[in-house]
Amino acid sequence: MRGSKAFSYPYILWLLLFTVVPLFIVIYFAFTNDAGEFTFDNFSYMSLYAVVFWRSFRLAIISTVICLILGYPLAYIMSRLKKKHQTIAMILIMLPMWMNFLLRTYAWLTILENNGLLNNFLSWLHLPEIAIINTPAAVGLGMVYNYLPFMILPIYTSLTKTDQSLIEAAKDMGCSERQVFTKVIFPLSIPGVLSGIIMVFVPAVSTFVISKILGGGANMLVGDLIEMQFLGGAYNANMGAAISLVMMVIIMIFIWLTGKIDKNGDGEGSVLL
Amino acid sequence: MKKYIGRIYMVLIFLFMYAPIFLLMIFSFNSTKSRSVWGGFSLRWYKELFQDSEILHAIQVTLLVAVCAAVISTILGTAAALGIFAMKKRPRRLMLTLNNVPSMNPDIIMGVSLMLLFIFFAQTLHMDFFKLGFGTLLLAHITFDTPYVLLSVMPKLRQMDKRQYEAALDLGAGTVQTFFRIILPQISTGIVTGMIIAFTLSIDDVVVSYFTSGPTSETLGVLIFGMTKRRISPEINALCTLMFVFVLLLLIIINLRELRAERERERSEER
Repeated sequence: MRGSKAFSYPYILWLLLFTVVPLFIVIYFAFTNDAGEFTFDNFSYMSLYAVVFWRSFRLAIISTVICLILGYPLAYIMSRLKKKHQTIAMILIMLPMWMNFLLRTYAWLTILENNGLLNNFLSWLHLPEIAIINTPAAVGLGMVYNYLPFMILPIYTSLTKTDQSLIEAAKDMGCSERQVFTKVIFPLSIPGVLSGIIMVFVPAVSTFVISKILGGGANMLVGDLIEMQFLGGAYNANMGAAISLVMMVIIMIFIWLTGKIDKNGDGEGSVLL
Repeated sequence: MKKYIGRIYMVLIFLFMYAPIFLLMIFSFNSTKSRSVWGGFSLRWYKELFQDSEILHAIQVTLLVAVCAAVISTILGTAAALGIFAMKKRPRRLMLTLNNVPSMNPDIIMGVSLMLLFIFFAQTLHMDFFKLGFGTLLLAHITFDTPYVLLSVMPKLRQMDKRQYEAALDLGAGTVQTFFRIILPQISTGIVTGMIIAFTLSIDDVVVSYFTSGPTSETLGVLIFGMTKRRISPEINALCTLMFVFVLLLLIIINLRELRAERERERSEER
């Protein structure tokens, strides 16, 4: 297919203009002040926000772990169903993802708010009401709820791709059911687990929508911090760019480290659903 | 016994995923403004939804940008897949890595960096086209849609039988004819999947649109997000219900068609 390489040139141009150049603009802003002079100030001031970074990463890690604990068994059970039931289960998992994710988060607001459905229900049972809205727990719940499908789907894909004859061989060789799982099924599903972790962690650590709605401004995350610098009251694009850059570097290190664990993986394929 | 534990677990997770949505749907029929106290059945919020020009405009913008972005990114991405497929191994790997950057990057970074680019074009270079509005919104959506189109077309190209393509050329078909008769039919499922993914990504996006749309081109997501800072009208519950029913119907239709196609295939194999 000689000559057809040229078909990719418009997209290459597009990628350069709308992906590569913008990232360089972020880097430029991060190292300058509002007069356009070179400076490291943006980074040295950032220590003020160490608490916010710490809160974001802690919440994102906790949510990712909960998603894994909840999602792995579900993906496993799903992969064992009859083919027809698997399709139905898949649709049920995808369906909420097709609705706007703001609506899903807003639904939790109506449940968790102080005179919301949960508290109405509790007082109807004559139980004490709980104040969960505007706490880190509410934000974490929102993360788990929104990103759980991102954990289930890649794990499910890698479980269904597992060669059944390997499992039969292990059984024939006298493995107990538990051994079959720990020695064959689980190791083979690790690429799915890793891409699930990335797909939950990255949006969770950078969100500002969930924390705005369920955290009520009291639980600021890195995403809120960035949003504030660009569109909020504290306009400072240079500071915002510097925070974005730091977050991006940390996420890249995270993705690179996760890739290292998966020595056998080819680095592509399992990230895709 | 084990089977039952599995079933119960599945039901519990699905309950967790669907209970909030169903509650939202129930309260769309509430006659009062409350989000948690039932005041009686009414269709009030549906009526008000269809009279709310702000929301209707946002729905229009959302659909328009999603359709335009899906179509353009499908063409751009399919062409790119063909081109990259023809490359040698090293440049191909490089291109695929570059292609992953937009999808790996958090949404907020993409939104912020594109916003800075558009502001730079509009203010420093005085290119009015890049003033934040529908144009910039569309550019941003194409940017995050196209990688997924490319990724869903690429595997289809790999599965394609190269000899058919060569045979067509040997038998005197031109490049254009070969493309439409041989290549396109074989990669069409990948193209359609890519277009559907692009469309849904556009509909679902809030963050990138939030940074790249102007005040005249707010998408539904941006509008609702703005409302959460004040007070959300129960009209949104009604909208949510309609969207859920629409998506559900769409999925059922798609799956019924697939099921029927599968049955027909089985029947023709039996013969």
